[in-house]
Amino acid sequence: MPKAKVNGKEVEFEPGMTVLQVAELAGEEIPRFCYHERLSIAGNCRMCLVEVKPGPPKPQASCALPAADNQEIFTASPMVKKAREGVMEFLLANHPLDCPICDQGGECDLQDETVGYGRAGSRFTENKRAVEEKFMGPLIKTVMTRCIQCTRCVRFATEVAGVSELGLLNRGEDAQISTYLAAAVTSELSGNLVDLCPVGALTSKPYAFSARPWELTKTETVDVMDALGSAIRVDARGPAVLRVLPRVNDDVNEEWISDKTRHAVDGLSRQRLDRPYVRIDGKLKPASWGQAFAAIAAMVKASKPERMGLIAGDLQDAESMKAALDLFRSLGVANIDCRQDGSVLGHGPRESWLFNSTIAGIDEADAIMIIGANPKLEAPVLNARIRKRWLTGKLLVGVVGEQADLGYKYNYLGAGPEALKAFANHGPISKERPMLLVGQGALNRPDSDAVLHLIAQAAKSMGVVKEGWNGLSVLHTAASRVGGLDMGFVPGEGGKTVAGMLAASEAGEMDLIYLLGADEIDTAKLARTFVVYQGSHGDAGAQAADVVLPGAAYTEKPGLYVNTEGRVQLADRVVFPKGEAKEDWSILRALSDDLGQRLPYDSLEALRRALLNDHPTFGHIDHAPGHASAATFDVGALGRDGVLADAPFASPINDFYLTNPIARASVTMAECSRSVKAARGLLAAE
Amino acid sequence: MSFFSRIGQAAKGALLLDFIGAFGMGLRYMAAPKKTIMYPFEKGPLSPRFRGEHALRRYASGEERCIACKLCEAICPAQAITIEAEPRADGSRRTTRYDIDMTKCIYCGLCQEACPVDAIVEGPNFEFAVETREELFYDKDRLLANGDRWEREIAKNLELDAAYR
Repeated sequence: MPKAKVNGKEVEFEPGMTVLQVAELAGEEIPRFCYHERLSIAGNCRMCLVEVKPGPPKPQASCALPAADNQEIFTASPMVKKAREGVMEFLLANHPLDCPICDQGGECDLQDETVGYGRAGSRFTENKRAVEEKFMGPLIKTVMTRCIQCTRCVRFATEVAGVSELGLLNRGEDAQISTYLAAAVTSELSGNLVDLCPVGALTSKPYAFSARPWELTKTETVDVMDALGSAIRVDARGPAVLRVLPRVNDDVNEEWISDKTRHAVDGLSRQRLDRPYVRIDGKLKPASWGQAFAAIAAMVKASKPERMGLIAGDLQDAESMKAALDLFRSLGVANIDCRQDGSVLGHGPRESWLFNSTIAGIDEADAIMIIGANPKLEAPVLNARIRKRWLTGKLLVGVVGEQADLGYKYNYLGAGPEALKAFANHGPISKERPMLLVGQGALNRPDSDAVLHLIAQAAKSMGVVKEGWNGLSVLHTAASRVGGLDMGFVPGEGGKTVAGMLAASEAGEMDLIYLLGADEIDTAKLARTFVVYQGSHGDAGAQAADVVLPGAAYTEKPGLYVNTEGRVQLADRVVFPKGEAKEDWSILRALSDDLGQRLPYDSLEALRRALLNDHPTFGHIDHAPGHASAATFDVGALGRDGVLADAPFASPINDFYLTNPIARASVTMAECSRSVKAARGLLAAE
Repeated sequence: MSFFSRIGQAAKGALLLDFIGAFGMGLRYMAAPKKTIMYPFEKGPLSPRFRGEHALRRYASGEERCIACKLCEAICPAQAITIEAEPRADGSRRTTRYDIDMTKCIYCGLCQEACPVDAIVEGPNFEFAVETREELFYDKDRLLANGDRWEREIAKNLELDAAYR
């Protein structure tokens, strides 16, 4: 390996690294604005100037200069210091002195680097320039006068988000960042532009002026808005959650999160259930916990196990699902299901419902067939990862299902199961690491057993599963799903599925249905059944309920979530539940007393121990099984041969911004949804 | 104590020297002008830097100065200041809540030092004793009313002190 000397200290580096990276290897901090690890190199802010020998007798932009063997790099010489002061002074010449009213204040790269590397005063006495604000949609507030033209936002939009809607117009003093069409940025990842902006030119619109970074309590946790379980940091002030920022997790979300993850948090303070309710004379009336439990207990006593059911929602933590599962099993109930969308997964080997290639595995995949999924809506961050791989030119993408704009080019193979038949007897393909990305659109149909069988045949025939690689990857849309399937939250012997329960309820054959945060079902069918809703938001489920038990939202309880890869992740409590609401597992524990079936755990630790005992997979925190069991996984045995319908695959997500109760309670999400619909309407009108 | 100094002390006592000195001082002060003032009818002089009751100032146009930067809240060593902010209808950054707990305040003056727009100031008023604790929890309206009432004095004091900043 080549060697270089950084300030006299010798370091070895890998060929191809830049001077900036080598200096960082040596532990030297290089100030920068335009350089970002996950974006292409622009070299236009000039803040990273260093002195190199051998080389011309002038400072060099270290981010764009490849390091050479035996190079000497100086990051603190008088020349470098002077150069940095000069660059800083030029950057500040046109930067307004409005830090007190700028939302970036306190977490601003320009502020920090001015203190660290700038001169004490300014010699610029002329008028500063002013730039018109740009409209970038309901999520991004612009103050373009503050922009220092680092072009990080332009590079993110074109490279990662895959929307070429931003650009740097004009030259010199007139240079400005602009949306070409003065329209909202259409990407589901647009919130990341705000994080990338090193100054206060792009700030978060919903968060505008609401807090300073030093006032916030920062808690590291995981996201539940999609099944990826992105690493997030939740910032709260007092009892209010104010914003969500991404954390770096290279295995899952790199450092991006979707707009829903970031901006649905205002839903956490609206439409909340903060006390128990019992329906009396057709109206939900406030009640005490005791009254609510008594109403449920009376109903359970009068009913029979086969006339009761339990449905878990999409945002549940594993602990509450485990408590509900144990409680209802002890009552003898077999009508238990966590698959609100009617997915057929949940029986057979664990590999059959996991994203086996792992998300990081996309970086090695050389062919992906997307079946019945629109990853751009179902998991925007994962879609960005596919695009990243596609940009290297080493990935071939095929799509069976919706012909949506995914941000990369793909071969369209067909709309429905018909197109898959050709692959069932395809024979081994020449690709090393092929992936079948199976979405819920293919698995929540009446004929999905047959579709799964067909996919399994195709996987087997094409050699998608082999030693060291398991390319059968199921993309879930619900954060609680894999955890539920892992613990067997599916109908027991003779039990009904969600659809079965709803049909039975419509026919008057159900006495009680317990909705554990389940809102994505047709609640009109529940009219003839006594419905208990336990959850955080007054959404569809609560409106249909006869007893409402206020639970905690995902920021209000510690919990385990299993992402689509089977990666078990620990979420943390950020704030306490609202009003009289309690953590979900403790509600079920208290209810179990009233039902005469006391659950054998009094603390979250005891519950976790029980969960771990029954289902050891929950013990592997932050570990994705991936291809570990690829050799013994018989992919061909999945599903059942049957009659295929002609219907095309459709993504389960109609409106990306309104997929769960928290997002539906959020004003920001409603605005985004409106803005996207308006943009679509405009396009249709053209 | 030596023998001679004991003799000297006894002589001083016998001649009433301490008494005569003190009596003379009493006579001198009896004739000197009085320092006592008839508060509250008379008041002593105050420095322009006097740190009394807080006030939120306005611009001459009537627009409130405070921009909700929260620097005063951050620097307050007694954590007496509470601020909440949101965009006003015209898009500008303003507080929706600006509370000072005057029972917590230690009158250090760091809030007015931190303020970039001279909005929060400690004015010359020190006569704001009240009968209940609750009356000392000042809100934004109270502070703005203070500002309106004391603006002339505050502006004058700031002007006088400007040369030393």
